[in-house]
Amino acid sequence: MGSSPSLPAWEIRNLVHTTGFTSEQIEILHRRFLHLTDGKPTMCRDCFDNIPDLECNPIKSRIVNAFFDRRNLGLQSNGTVDEITFENFLTILSFFQHMDENHAKEDLEYYKMEKLQFLFRMYDTNGDGKITLEELREIIDELLSKTSNTEKTSSSIADAAMMEAANICVGEMEPDQQYDGITFNDFLKIMQDIKIEAKMHVRFLNMDTTAICK
Amino acid sequence: MERGSSGCVARCVSLTALALLLCCPVAQSSEAETDPHSHTEHGGSSHGGSHKGNETGFQIVTFRWEHVQAPYVIALWILVASLGKIVFHLSEKVTSVVPESALLIVLGLILGGIVWAADHTASFTLTPTVFFFYLLPPIVLDAGYFMPNRHFFGNLGTILMYAVIGTVWNAATTGLSLYGVFLTGIMGDLKANLLEFLLFGSLIAAVDPVAVLAVFEEVHVNEVLFIIVFGESLLNDAVTVVLYNVFNSFVEVGPGNINGLDYFKGIVSFFVVSLGGAAVGVIFAFILSLVTRFTKHVRVIEPGFVFVISYLSYLTADMLSLSSILAITFCGICCQKYVKANLCEQSITTVRYAMKMLASGAETIIFMFLGISAVNPEIWTWNTAFILLTLVFISVYRVIGVVIQTWILNHYRVVQLEIIDQVVMSYGGLRGAVAFALVVLLDRDFVHERKLFVSTTIIVVYFTVIIQGLTIKPLVKWLKVKRSQHKEPLLNEKLHGRAFDHILSAIEDISGQIGHNYLRDKWTNFDRKYLSKIMMRKSAQISRDKILSVFRELNLKDAISYVSEGERKGSLAFIRSSSDVNVDFTGPRHYVVDSSVSAVLRESTSDVCLDMQAIENRAKSPKDREEIITHHMLQQHLYKPRKRYRLNYSRHKLARSEGEKQDKEIFQRTMKKRLENFKPTKLGNNYTTKFRNMKKERAAKKKHSDAVPNGRLATHSVAFHVNKDSEAEDPADGGISFLITPASNDSDETRSGIENPSFSNEEDQSIFQMIPPWISNEETVIPSQRARLQIPRSPNNFRRLTPLQLSNRSIDSFLLADISDEHPLSFLPESSM
Repeated sequence: MGSSPSLPAWEIRNLVHTTGFTSEQIEILHRRFLHLTDGKPTMCRDCFDNIPDLECNPIKSRIVNAFFDRRNLGLQSNGTVDEITFENFLTILSFFQHMDENHAKEDLEYYKMEKLQFLFRMYDTNGDGKITLEELREIIDELLSKTSNTEKTSSSIADAAMMEAANICVGEMEPDQQYDGITFNDFLKIMQDIKIEAKMHVRFLNMDTTAICK
Repeated sequence: MERGSSGCVARCVSLTALALLLCCPVAQSSEAETDPHSHTEHGGSSHGGSHKGNETGFQIVTFRWEHVQAPYVIALWILVASLGKIVFHLSEKVTSVVPESALLIVLGLILGGIVWAADHTASFTLTPTVFFFYLLPPIVLDAGYFMPNRHFFGNLGTILMYAVIGTVWNAATTGLSLYGVFLTGIMGDLKANLLEFLLFGSLIAAVDPVAVLAVFEEVHVNEVLFIIVFGESLLNDAVTVVLYNVFNSFVEVGPGNINGLDYFKGIVSFFVVSLGGAAVGVIFAFILSLVTRFTKHVRVIEPGFVFVISYLSYLTADMLSLSSILAITFCGICCQKYVKANLCEQSITTVRYAMKMLASGAETIIFMFLGISAVNPEIWTWNTAFILLTLVFISVYRVIGVVIQTWILNHYRVVQLEIIDQVVMSYGGLRGAVAFALVVLLDRDFVHERKLFVSTTIIVVYFTVIIQGLTIKPLVKWLKVKRSQHKEPLLNEKLHGRAFDHILSAIEDISGQIGHNYLRDKWTNFDRKYLSKIMMRKSAQISRDKILSVFRELNLKDAISYVSEGERKGSLAFIRSSSDVNVDFTGPRHYVVDSSVSAVLRESTSDVCLDMQAIENRAKSPKDREEIITHHMLQQHLYKPRKRYRLNYSRHKLARSEGEKQDKEIFQRTMKKRLENFKPTKLGNNYTTKFRNMKKERAAKKKHSDAVPNGRLATHSVAFHVNKDSEAEDPADGGISFLITPASNDSDETRSGIENPSFSNEEDQSIFQMIPPWISNEETVIPSQRARLQIPRSPNNFRRLTPLQLSNRSIDSFLLADISDEHPLSFLPESSM
């Protein structure tokens, strides 16, 4: 796989511009991409099965899905695509870039929103713009799956979390009011105390470490 | 206010000092004189009426001061220090401005002054042995055991940088600069060479964990800043110990006899001391975790293991001349997770409070003795240039060191350390008792200027603790440093945080990077697969999940707040108080449920023992009529409160029979309650409309008392909250909850039998006894015959029904509770459900 062709310089330059990665990073990631795809130019879901470390991740399917989610790839429609190109791959990874403080304030805000959107979509599996109770339950189920819990617990945790969300977002509810899901705005309210820009980031090294973690 | 309190302090101080003077054998010569005094002082005690006599023959009571002297004096000092603490906190104004550590030092100075004035010897000083063996370990253990691990390891790189490089930098620059100035001759004639200056530099360089903790705990800066300063102060111990030992031995050997190999050895010894110390700590943490796994049958001594084994780690590291502070710190850090999972709830509380008590007591004594130790003219020599320059150098080099290191670190850190943080970090470089103990340890035969070093160290400690401690709070306020905010743990945050971890590690896996998340993920996997299996109880392995624990915590908090709310109002009024998002008409029913849940908790606090708060809540129960009813009903039907230890005193066992079962049950109930609270929120809309329809219907058929307004729904409603514990309920049906009052015609039967628990609490009971519901209350819905008859019959259900019914009724039915357990049921047909 080491013999795989590297990207042409102009394409790297393009990608640097669009994704914000440095050219070294792009080359490393490209190598990784080809490693995962076995040298093919596009990536399908099965490629993610080649990563043994990912196997024990309880929300693996969600994360893999995020890579194929049309909304994350900047496409308008809902749903998923079957295969992604390297550029798509980079687009997804660029959600996890670290934002320097020296960007303009609006930019930072924009990136933050992007990150939160990404996260939100990961919860909102059916793409209706709301995290419903069922969706919340699902993800809690997955999160707890490792610690052998009964279904009951996770569903009541979901209930409690939903309650909490309702409390945060709506405050005192009108008697007739119903709360049927966390919208993105509510999501922002819930997450406002979490410094997303500090948390949701991966340090992309300029160094090739792919050899170590297969 | 201020003056009054200070006068109070002074009075108290003089009183206690007087008592001390009388009791302590300040000198052998004064023994004879003090004896009668102390005798009268303690006249009330068991020794009263005795005479210290040398006559032969049998003495009924003898006065044996020498016999108890040492522990007596120690106990008294501890008492004085603790009393001092009480006095300080009498005035909130003083403690909010002046840090406690500074006050204690001043108290120590005053006490020392009094002792010295009376006696002209300084009999009490902070000896290094006492300090290192008894006072320091609890403080460091406390720090390690309560260390926020995630913050600590997340900032480990930064902490290590400050701890290692920063300390070396401080030591070297301070020592060298002082030596440089000494060469110019400003300091006059000192019998010291370069090595001695470096030795002094190394002991004065280290930031002191005790002082930092004492001051920063009151300042409440944000977690990152705190963990960096505090982590540095803990981890730099290794550096200090090595530097100190190396220079000390160099000084003893003499500058001429050092060769290059020795320097090399010094560097090697740094790694051995630090890593070895940490390793000892980890090993002992492993042992401790393993031991606590098997303490199920010796619950009473369970907490003891935590202290003993951690202390052993400290002593072992000391024995091997490794860094003992690092050992006990890492022991605390590593064991906390497993210990907390293994120990039972009570033991955890015990450990927590005992540890806090020991640490804070030790801290109090340390600072007081720092004050007392200074009152001893023998240790003082004054050298203005040396002392002032030391102060200047340690402050300036600290600032320079912090700025340079932060500049380097900021290239790698995600959360940048801003200038404000740097100011606080530089300013928070407090020196304390460690430096003092080390300088006292110096051998006066080799270090000729020991006296000067000691006095300078004392001045430095006082300066940093008192002056910097005093000003750091206003500084932090003025600079608007991000404070830590204490807020409730949110379930959502925990959930998202967990999701974050997984997402990030997945992304690192996918992109083939090795970062924090990768390492953390691998560590958690390793931990789960192997470590937890070895070191945690089976039961704990399941329930230790963070999300679950937050959830549990929230539930318990909910319940406690209900209880305290209720008791604040002095009655069961809280049953009616609305504190949740509820569709209004569901209210009463819910509150009935709520009350029982919270009351269960109150009854069982003795078993669950959440925290002091819960215990306090329990203590202040107002004697209210309704309260009594509740208690009665709880005793009857819910949980049996623990019987007062029925004559079976046992040293080895605490009564805890029902504890765990109830704990579990309560957990489930509270969950249920949240579930129920939630459902109307979620589903409220549908049922509101349904309910409205029914209301209309009812209005139309008002005259027909046996109208059937949607009998099916009503049935389910009843079935739902009667069946609270059954799994079977369909969430949709379960959510329906509205008032159902007994049907009008046969109200007699209803009252004695299937009176519904959701019976409105707001109504005066008498109304229900006399006026049929269709007149009394707009909100009531008349259930169908079927609904009433179909209440599923099981003893369990009625157990719960009856007490609830009680609260709706007049107090005379109090006694009925027992009867109604059996009789009303006979009216009911078998459930046809």
